Amino acid sequence: METITKKEFTITVYTENQVGLLNRIAIIFSRRKLNIDSLNTSPSEVDSIHRFNIVITETEDVIRKVTRQLEKQVEVLKVYYNTNDDIIWQELALYKVPTDVIAEKVSVERLLRQYGARAVVIRSDYTVFETTGHREETDALVEVLREYGLIEFVRSARIAIIKASDGFHTKINEFENQQPGEQVFENEYLNNGQKVFTM
Amino acid sequence: METLEIKNEQSTQTITTATQNISGSEILLKGLIAEGVETIFGYPGGAIMPIYDALYDYTDKLKHILVRHEQGATHAAQGYARTSGRVGVVFATSGPGATNLITGIADAQIDSTPMVCITGQVFAHLLGTDAFQETDVINITTPITKWNYQVTDASEIAEVLAKAFYIARTGRPGPVVIDITKNAQIQKIDFSGYTKCDHIRSYRPKPIIRTNYIEQAAALINSAQKPFILFGQGILLGNAEKEFKAFVEKTGIPAAWTIMGVGAIPTNHPLNVGMLGMHGNNGPNVLTNECDVLIAIGMRFDDRVTGRLDKYAKQAKVIHLDIDPAEIDKNVKTTVPVWGDCKETLPLLTQLVDEKKHDNWLAKFRALNQIEIDELITPELHPQTGELTMGEVIHQLNLLTKGDAIIVTDVGQHQMVACRYAKFNNTRSNITSGGLGTMGFALPAAIGAKFGAQDKTVVAVIGDGGFQMTIQELGTIMQSGIDVKIIILNNQFLGMVRQWQELFNDRRYSFVDITSPDFVAVAKGYYIEAQKVSEREKLVDALTAMLNHKGSYLLEVMVTKENNVFPMVPQGCSVSEIRLK
Ligand SMILES: Cc1ncc(C[n+]2csc(CCOP(=O)(O)OP(=O)(O)O)c2C)c(N)n1
Repeated sequence: METITKKEFTITVYTENQVGLLNRIAIIFSRRKLNIDSLNTSPSEVDSIHRFNIVITETEDVIRKVTRQLEKQVEVLKVYYNTNDDIIWQELALYKVPTDVIAEKVSVERLLRQYGARAVVIRSDYTVFETTGHREETDALVEVLREYGLIEFVRSARIAIIKASDGFHTKINEFENQQPGEQVFENEYLNNGQKVFTM
Repeated sequence: METLEIKNEQSTQTITTATQNISGSEILLKGLIAEGVETIFGYPGGAIMPIYDALYDYTDKLKHILVRHEQGATHAAQGYARTSGRVGVVFATSGPGATNLITGIADAQIDSTPMVCITGQVFAHLLGTDAFQETDVINITTPITKWNYQVTDASEIAEVLAKAFYIARTGRPGPVVIDITKNAQIQKIDFSGYTKCDHIRSYRPKPIIRTNYIEQAAALINSAQKPFILFGQGILLGNAEKEFKAFVEKTGIPAAWTIMGVGAIPTNHPLNVGMLGMHGNNGPNVLTNECDVLIAIGMRFDDRVTGRLDKYAKQAKVIHLDIDPAEIDKNVKTTVPVWGDCKETLPLLTQLVDEKKHDNWLAKFRALNQIEIDELITPELHPQTGELTMGEVIHQLNLLTKGDAIIVTDVGQHQMVACRYAKFNNTRSNITSGGLGTMGFALPAAIGAKFGAQDKTVVAVIGDGGFQMTIQELGTIMQSGIDVKIIILNNQFLGMVRQWQELFNDRRYSFVDITSPDFVAVAKGYYIEAQKVSEREKLVDALTAMLNHKGSYLLEVMVTKENNVFPMVPQGCSVSEIRLK
């Protein structure tokens, strides 16, 4: 499992919903001069628990160390890291293109359909399309639309679901249901070395 | 989780009774008392005035030591925490008061010292407006705190303070900052009582102990021919000295210390084979690269300990006992990670290991250390001619204090000499800035150390350079009437940097020549008794006069200008390439 080559990892961080936590998490990366490819924060399936998705291209060794340093923060409940094989992910992209070009060029319409793009706003001056998918797909559409006068493009951070997350889901629910002050939360993954990280 | 989670701690309990209509400041003070705080190191200012006003009525229960610079408050709190094992408490005002804390907070973070710093902050409605003395303390301290929190409403104070103490002292201890806006300090609320915190749902102070790893570790230890123990401050922080001694004595394994761990077993214990690292002893450094099983306990493989990592103990299987999972595999790849509090894991391990002796292996350490004694230690500790050496001062001090004093050191050559040669019979006796290497640490830390261990003799050993970094804390000594003994080892240089310039920069002495004031006169200006000594014949008398003096005393000792600290593992070299000269 160990490898010194860099690859893309998605780190999922479950946290309390607390002001300042974003900074505490971000500096663990910036301190090691690691570049974050994308970062998304959102609620999780459990009330009051937030999740961060962080995408980063690094060696597994570094990712493991960072993961442990993240997990050590008081308000961090749990951290996973996964390769792209372990997750299902999407990114949302928006494209703004001059409406007249679209209207005139039949080929554009065919292209948009081919890429699964959907119109979000149609005005006389411009139209905004949306796609969701993997980066390669959204990137490919950017390249194509450039030729048709692409005015603006933006892509969201990656959001990812871990394929094998049932175990933690149960835990986190139990955890949330318990009253503060009680013994809670078995940190299961420590007993699950291979699955999450090697030692 | 954690069947092994702190069960002995008192469960949630309400300590102070409910009171109607009291200020946030008073709630804070009541909370501190409930946490058992007796001593606070601090400095007032605009944004923390309501707290100081409340303190005016609490001086019978809370002793406040007025320092001369907020950095001094943090180091004093560290010294206090390190000798007493309790949480050090600091008060400072917003803006410059808070930024002056930074060095001490960073020091406490890297050396895992439990500390709670309370900083005043501008009114909540002024946050973010560049108000007078506003600094973003929370964001400045985020990378150097275990936890921090900004309170903007009085109703938060009790709960946040309880969390702060719980976080600071449990698991791997560390510093916590609570920033309290002025309105929250003034605001009056009905207070329902202070409840100590014993659980935070997202915080796991200790990892679960996994018996299979304990078993694997025991099996490795039992089959080892040349096992070697490295121990660090984790043993002190876990109050596991007894458990550690039992483990060492049953296994008969030679054990060497980091400067943060010294004193976990007495320096003269037959299995104590000395100091690790850059200026450590010959035996432990060389044999790190010969042992077959390396057992690291409560230490973190700092680069000053390991030297060049890719040539560090490559032949050995590594067992690492640590409470902080992030330390496992951080620097040295572990064969068996023993997660957990060593107070709990060591007895489990001791049960499973065979009773053994490793006489031949131990003899190797002794033989290598003997070379060092002959070539280097004897001339350093017992010079017959020439100027005084740092080593002989520490040696004479040992003879007089018999290993029972608390030695607080600053940073530089004198620190390495003091750590190498000071004898310690007791735990929590060597107070030094290990991880951060903060010059200016010793004088204020010694003040705190004495408050934390009032029945002990506290001796600060400081260089002429570092002393001038926090010299103003002589004022704190004067005013508080505390009894600390101060030895300045004056080599008229920023010695450690000069040593590196001599060895690695062709003696190009670039700005290491430092002049000093008349230290004796300065001390006397603060009404502190003082003396200067430079002759060998007068050294013992001078030390005796210092130790016998009732109250604080400063002894300036003029020592050789250009002595180097050896042995030395030069940077970028392997520990086994240690140089004796
Ligand atoms: C705050 C701070 N600034 C700079 C240094 C770098 N430094 C390490 S040792 C040293 C020299 C210390 O000189 P002195 O206090 O006279 O002690 P000596 O080494 O001579 O015993 C310096 C400048 C430091 N450790 N801390």
